[in-house]
Amino acid sequence: MAVLVLLDHEAGSIKQPSRSAIAAATKLGEVHVLLTGSDCALAAAAAANLAGVAKVITATDTAFDHVLAEPMAALIVAMAPGYSHILAASTATGKNVMPRVAALLDVQPISDISGVIDADTFIRPIYAGNAMATVKSSDAKKVITVRAASFDPVASTGGAASTEAASAVALPDISWFVSAELSKSERPELTAARVVVSGGRGMQNGENFKLLDPIADKLGAAVGASRAAVDAGFVPNDYQVGQTGKIVAPELYVAIGISGAIQHLAGMKDSKVIVAINKDEEAPIFQVADYGLVADLFTALPELAAELSK
Amino acid sequence: MKILVPVKRVVDYNVKIRVKSDGTGVETNGVKMSMNPFDEIAVEEAVRLKEAGKASEIIAVSMGVAACAETIRTALAMGADRGILVETDVELQPLAVAKMLKVLVEKEQPGMVILGKQAIDDDMNATGQMLAALLGWSQGTFASKIVLEDGRAVVTREVDGGLETVALALPTIVTADLRLNEPRYASLPNIMKARKKPIETIKPADLGVDPTPRRTLVSVAEPPKRQAGVKVKSVAELVEKLKTEAKVI
Ligand SMILES: Cc1cc2nc3c(=O)[nH]c(=O)nc-3n(C[C@H](O)[C@H](O)[C@H](O)COP(=O)(O)OP(=O)(O)OC[C@H]3O[C@@H](n4cnc5c(N)ncnc54)[C@H](O)[C@@H]3O)c2cc1C
Ligand SMILES: Nc1ncnc2c1ncn2[C@@H]1O[C@H](COP(=O)(O)O)[C@@H](O)[C@H]1O
Repeated sequence: MAVLVLLDHEAGSIKQPSRSAIAAATKLGEVHVLLTGSDCALAAAAAANLAGVAKVITATDTAFDHVLAEPMAALIVAMAPGYSHILAASTATGKNVMPRVAALLDVQPISDISGVIDADTFIRPIYAGNAMATVKSSDAKKVITVRAASFDPVASTGGAASTEAASAVALPDISWFVSAELSKSERPELTAARVVVSGGRGMQNGENFKLLDPIADKLGAAVGASRAAVDAGFVPNDYQVGQTGKIVAPELYVAIGISGAIQHLAGMKDSKVIVAINKDEEAPIFQVADYGLVADLFTALPELAAELSK
Repeated sequence: MKILVPVKRVVDYNVKIRVKSDGTGVETNGVKMSMNPFDEIAVEEAVRLKEAGKASEIIAVSMGVAACAETIRTALAMGADRGILVETDVELQPLAVAKMLKVLVEKEQPGMVILGKQAIDDDMNATGQMLAALLGWSQGTFASKIVLEDGRAVVTREVDGGLETVALALPTIVTADLRLNEPRYASLPNIMKARKKPIETIKPADLGVDPTPRRTLVSVAEPPKRQAGVKVKSVAELVEKLKTEAKVI
């Protein structure tokens, strides 16, 4: 049986975490992908080119425009009989929709897998990534979310999938989109960036986060934050990296004024190279940092910006 | 309107987790246990709704070993009115928890269930969504604000790109994110009062649910350890190393 992957798309392109979910799915069977929303034609064309995708299914309906869990789950459940596994990336959408799908199918979902062993057996981090559990599912159908940082995304080209439209299904009308307040940024997305520069409570206020801008500009980096910085209102919630925020694994992660609590480490410790700048030489972040600089960030950041401009 | 709040007993978030040497799980013997932090936020929100006159009664539910009664007591000390303990030694997974909660919801008829978005032990982030599915109710996950108006719940959600607001038909399921509120500490008088509040103890069988896990644990291993690297003396040295040694910039 084939494997169905729900994709996140925006402005005609497939989000990188979804390409990682496809990478996980290719280990399980022939991959079909599902695109939803009134405006998914461009994204469907992009999806048909993705390496490893055999079929693109589109559900073109305004009811899916805001990926509300209630109609999305109804759609996926209607498609489920044709599939052995149903996957999505562990994005806000995947986390919202997939457990709902699982319950409707009477299946125990498997959240946030970081490895595929076989069709029934998966690896997933538990306790903020302080332990790796190998779990085996006895459900006939598997409903899975995928930790994108653990799978290299499939290539955007190389595929030649067929495309078809999903059959219409009756959708529940119990939830309605009201508004969105999305943080605007010219920078790459946190979960897709090659470099991430994050600030913590040590930044002291939101204004000081501007000190990160010239550095992020130079490195082509996304800007992230610790929970403490978000809670204090320095930056919006979607900057949070950690156990209960975003999981990132960039080539380079720079932690500035962040102590290194386990909940923060959970979101970045798989980065290839970690740099920490902290004035406290005992800060736990130094235990995971490849390069540590004990310094006051207010002197180090301008120096770093200058050094990178050389 | 009644509000039901499921509260899970988990290893305290400050405890350093140790994987058992035989790979069968994580050491929980003699380890400090607490209410899941997201569930404290859920309880706090319910109590605030009651204080604002929007809720009439708060029922805290915990499922698991007998000691989960302590977690319920904590909720009662924060302001919940009564508790229900579903006692079992079986390892509970979200599907079973959601099925048992469904039966309790059908019996108690709350207008809203507020859960934590995620239990910090198994990091599943699933139970609320599953309960909503089983009941056929709307769901407002990862909530940072809840407003009750005109027979609907207007919920602001923390999503990947920022915030999103949805309106939900009541009754509804909400899961609490970190910025929903800051939970209070229970005062000593309230802790004393909580001792007199009722906790009903039942078994999964009383709810007609078989809690046997569908997912078995094959093994648990330590994650790959990261070695601490070097301390550099200056920003110039840092940039030099990133360029020539790590080759990442
Ligand atoms: C349920 C739960 C979930 C959580 N989820 C997350 C999560 O997803 N992500 C997350 O990050 N946290 C999370 N946390 C919070 C986590 O436990 C820590 O509280 C948080 O990560 C601390 O943030 P911080 O390092 O910025 O602040 P602090 O721990 O206060 O550290 C600030 C650091 O800045 C340094 N500093 C201060 N001034 C300067 C200066 N001038 N120059 C240089 N250094 C300076 C200090 O030495 C210190 O090390 C969670 C907690 C709970 C209970
Ligand atoms: N055993 C349990 N007892 C009570 N509530 C639970 C239990 N397990 C999960 N929950 C609730 O479901 C939420 C999400 O848990 P999870 O889906 O396991 O991440 C928790 O924050 C609790 O509100």
